[in-house]
Amino acid sequence: MSFNTHKLLESKKKAILEQWMKNQLADDSLREDLISNEELRSQSEELISALVGNLSMADLTDLDSDEWSPVIEILGGISITRARQGFTPRETGNFVFTLKEALLTVLQAEISDNPQLLFEESMKINRLMDSLSVVTFETFIKGREEVILRQTDEIADISTPVIRVWDGILALPIIGTLDSARTQIVMENLLQEIVETGSSIAILDISGVPAVDSLVAQHLIKTVSATRLMGAECIISGIRPEIAQTVVHLGIDLSNIITKASLASALAYAFKSMRLEVRKANSVQKSNTF
Amino acid sequence: MILSLSKDTIEVVKEQDVVFTKNRVKEVAVRIKMGLVNQTRLITAASELLRNMMRYANGGKCTIEVVSSGRTNGIRLTFTDKGPGIPDIAKAMEDGFSTGKSLGLGLPGTKRLVNEFDIRSNVGEGTTVTIIKWANG
Ligand SMILES: Nc1ncnc2c1ncn2[C@@H]1O[C@H](COP(=O)(O)OP(=O)(O)O)[C@@H](O)[C@H]1O
Ligand SMILES: [Mg+2]
Repeated sequence: MSFNTHKLLESKKKAILEQWMKNQLADDSLREDLISNEELRSQSEELISALVGNLSMADLTDLDSDEWSPVIEILGGISITRARQGFTPRETGNFVFTLKEALLTVLQAEISDNPQLLFEESMKINRLMDSLSVVTFETFIKGREEVILRQTDEIADISTPVIRVWDGILALPIIGTLDSARTQIVMENLLQEIVETGSSIAILDISGVPAVDSLVAQHLIKTVSATRLMGAECIISGIRPEIAQTVVHLGIDLSNIITKASLASALAYAFKSMRLEVRKANSVQKSNTF
Repeated sequence: MILSLSKDTIEVVKEQDVVFTKNRVKEVAVRIKMGLVNQTRLITAASELLRNMMRYANGGKCTIEVVSSGRTNGIRLTFTDKGPGIPDIAKAMEDGFSTGKSLGLGLPGTKRLVNEFDIRSNVGEGTTVTIIKWANG
């Protein structure tokens, strides 16, 4: 930076911080519920120190250079944390925008006697801060994407519960598309539960699967085979009529697999093969009375 | 004579695009009042061809058209990729043929699920598969 702007700003660090804090605290988008004023102040102080310290030596136009990496790291850290904490993009962006205002306010107060110089130096600060805002948004979005990815994993996990319907019988309702990653989770969960519970029958219910193409079918067949290797029997239930027809047209052979139209009929089958019987209570009474 | 009544092209490059495209096909099928069985067949066929495009050609394009034959309406889907192409189409159309260790039922199965099926492929240039499913056919 030409002139002595960097020295000037360096010496005015305190004033910039105060001005910036004032701007931030006055802003509508202040989130006192998410961040305390003390924490906000210490974040702000850290960023100003890194930024102002950098003005003297770094190239202001090339944020990719190594010299800027400490500043970008701090800023990136702040915006990623904010993305995770649930700040909006506007609230996160305002963190940088209000700093720009503070820098310009201090600059104006200090070189008010030279409009030409003030303009030139302001433009530089402007450009720099705009680039930093872009960095902020990029990292913010990255933070959000991480949240989404984590949620996707969580959904994959919670949407494949293994239910112990009866002693020795497990049920696994599958809802949504059964892709390779999901099949892996389903299979692992199922096999682990079979071992833990010593179950002999598993029911895979696909009522909630929108379509069964050849890959989904292959995944189902694989899961059934794996279950058999564990010494348990696997029943596929919830095959809707239109899905049954489609599977036949595709040419998929499910004849080696026990399939049932509904979870109820799969359960009935499971009870039967375990020599269990379900009866109405009064019919038992009747047979006792007579 | 088949008339095209509406046309929509989707780029398919990511896994999410596959789900998105299938949902779009479903929407259009519901709009032209295609029966549930035919809807399921069409979406399954689309799923097979989308997967092939992703797996063997790293993605491509899918065009969804509402078409009319005068008597009835239907959906025409065109899958175009710039992948390696298929050297022997007759072989690829056989039940059980697969270079990807899968069931090898995608292409022949799709042909059985739809009313019209056309495949063109040139090695080194890419593959285009066109299918039509009539609303009540
Ligand atoms: N879009 C495509 N580009 C290149 N090769 C393809 C394409 N679609 C299918 N193939 C080839 O045709 C074969 C058969 O495809 P398909 O019937 O869907 O069975 P599968 O996908 O199970 O192998 C594939 O193994 C592959 O070699
Ligand atoms: Mg295939």
